[in-house]
Amino acid sequence: MRAQGEAIRDMVGSLLRRAKGRGPFRHGGLVALVILLAFNALVTPNFLQLQTLFVNVSQVATIAIVALGMTLVIATAGIDLSVGAVMALAGATAPLIFMSAFGQAYPVTGLVLAFVVPLIVAAACGLFNGLIVSVLGVQPIVATLILFISGRGLAQLLTNGNLQTFSNPAFSYLGAGKILGLPFQGWLALALAGSIFWLVNRTAFGRCILAIGGNERAAMLAGMPIRSVKIGVYMICAVLSGIAGLIVVAINSASDAARNGNLMELDAIAAAVVGGALLQGGRAPVFGALVGAVIIQLVRYTLLANGVEDEVALIAKALIIVLAVYVQQARKE
Amino acid sequence: MTTRGPFDLDLRHMVRGDTQMIGVWVALLALIVFGLLRYDNFGSSYNIFSFLNYNSMFIVISIGMALVIMTGGIDLSVGSVAAFTSVCAAYLSPYGIEIALPGGMAAGAAIGGVNAFCIIAMRIPPFIATLATMLGAKGGALVISGAQTVSVDWSSNFTVFGMGKAFDLVPWTILVTLLVALVAWAILEHTLLGRTILAIGGGEEASALMGLGVTRAKTFVYLFSGACAGLAGVILASGYGAGQPLEGLGWELSAIASVVVGGTLLTGGLGSIPATVAGALLLGLVFNILNFENGKGTISLSAYWQLVIRGAFLFLVILLQSQFRSRPNAPR
Repeated sequence: MRAQGEAIRDMVGSLLRRAKGRGPFRHGGLVALVILLAFNALVTPNFLQLQTLFVNVSQVATIAIVALGMTLVIATAGIDLSVGAVMALAGATAPLIFMSAFGQAYPVTGLVLAFVVPLIVAAACGLFNGLIVSVLGVQPIVATLILFISGRGLAQLLTNGNLQTFSNPAFSYLGAGKILGLPFQGWLALALAGSIFWLVNRTAFGRCILAIGGNERAAMLAGMPIRSVKIGVYMICAVLSGIAGLIVVAINSASDAARNGNLMELDAIAAAVVGGALLQGGRAPVFGALVGAVIIQLVRYTLLANGVEDEVALIAKALIIVLAVYVQQARKE
Repeated sequence: MTTRGPFDLDLRHMVRGDTQMIGVWVALLALIVFGLLRYDNFGSSYNIFSFLNYNSMFIVISIGMALVIMTGGIDLSVGSVAAFTSVCAAYLSPYGIEIALPGGMAAGAAIGGVNAFCIIAMRIPPFIATLATMLGAKGGALVISGAQTVSVDWSSNFTVFGMGKAFDLVPWTILVTLLVALVAWAILEHTLLGRTILAIGGGEEASALMGLGVTRAKTFVYLFSGACAGLAGVILASGYGAGQPLEGLGWELSAIASVVVGGTLLTGGLGSIPATVAGALLLGLVFNILNFENGKGTISLSAYWQLVIRGAFLFLVILLQSQFRSRPNAPR
């Protein structure tokens, strides 16, 4: 017990030193991750089991995928509160399509459309957000508040507020399939992270994102297409949210418009910020967002596995967000 | 220009200013006339009082939100705070409204204090700080209530506040709401604190350099917004006879919409309390009229439409306001 306490104290000390140091904050995030893993290995029963890894990977994927998009939006000094609502909307659309008469008559086409149409709907939501932010010049937080509330309302209207259950093995592969023993959505999240990393670091579009976040006016004067880049970023974020929404529906073999993606905006913002994204923009740590998502998931798992109530877990999450932003601010000043 | 006493209610002065602020009054009047002509019971005292009674919560929250937005900030925690304080007030209800009302408001102000601390001392952006307290207050409400609605004590005078009328004439909630509006208006229009609030929205650094009490004013607006949300929670518990930890979802959106409809610029520096109240009334009236239409059977809207319409309304307002954005420093 004593040795445990000392080990934890050492690690906390090292975390604080790292966080204060000049290195990127995501190193602090990595240290936090190690602490969480060590704590769980020591305290949580049955933590070091393949089953635990499986459960956590399947749950972290959605947070990670949305956090990727959120990281891009935050990199332009924006924010997207509508991600959870877009998840609900995309998630509600898919079963409607493959369960429709058309979807039953042409299963293959129906299945393809069940993937494509929700993502088009999501992209349209992103276009809406992006247009309000870039063309009307409304603060992102207010602009995305519109879909944050009415997006979920639309999803509930589409489904009449009912839980839609279905049995469609091909669609459910998205949430229940396995590759090399690990959930399909985990691999999908990794692949998406790779693509986003490439987008940010190897394309002109990525350069524009970082430049806009660094200094929007300078970017504009340098002749960068501010509007289209911003619209593009919100659309990417919305499409990623749509994918996450489909995964949640596939995991449950049911779509619940009231709950799908509920409070996801908080998880995604927290993951992005813990991963090292600066709310003032100008930085897009893609793999940091993955680490952030894993931390958020592990905190939730740790609290749940040790019998802490869900309500208290909410408060813990709030504290994590505040602390992560605070450490960033302190480092910047 | 005539001289005015410090608390002289000058209607012309209140309504004057931005054409947009006139717009909200015109729209409100138009909707009222429309309602009076179309529905039989629209002008009945029952409809008027139940409408005002229900919307008093949103008006109060909008007033607090207006002051916050005028400083260029935002308070997303109001809905959760109201849920939290409704539970607090329900627990305090056996001691009567004399204790439960200040108690609920104090609980709200305490969370406002946390907001202020995070935003001012820790330099956390307002929406992140208040998003976190939104979570925290929601969690707190669920913890202290055990995730159940908490029934109030019906034997004390607690429910009289939410359901009864003062002097058998006007509901208490409406009186209190009016009082809050008056206080906020007086502070904004007639005190240094109010001028500072508007100045911060115009330019925080410039205000600080001019020697205005920026920290004090920012602390005040978050405390005030918290207390307003606290009051809304007390009205909720008192009017429905229960503390409701799950209420308050989307209230921040309604409040922000009301404030924006009232012509307050989201970037801060410009705004009016009476127009905010009018904005909240306008938003409420849209739903009141939709209810009447539902009753007439001309349309049939499920509860989910409310969310969609609320969002659409906010969108419409933002569209209109974007024309005014080009001159953020326009004279009031």
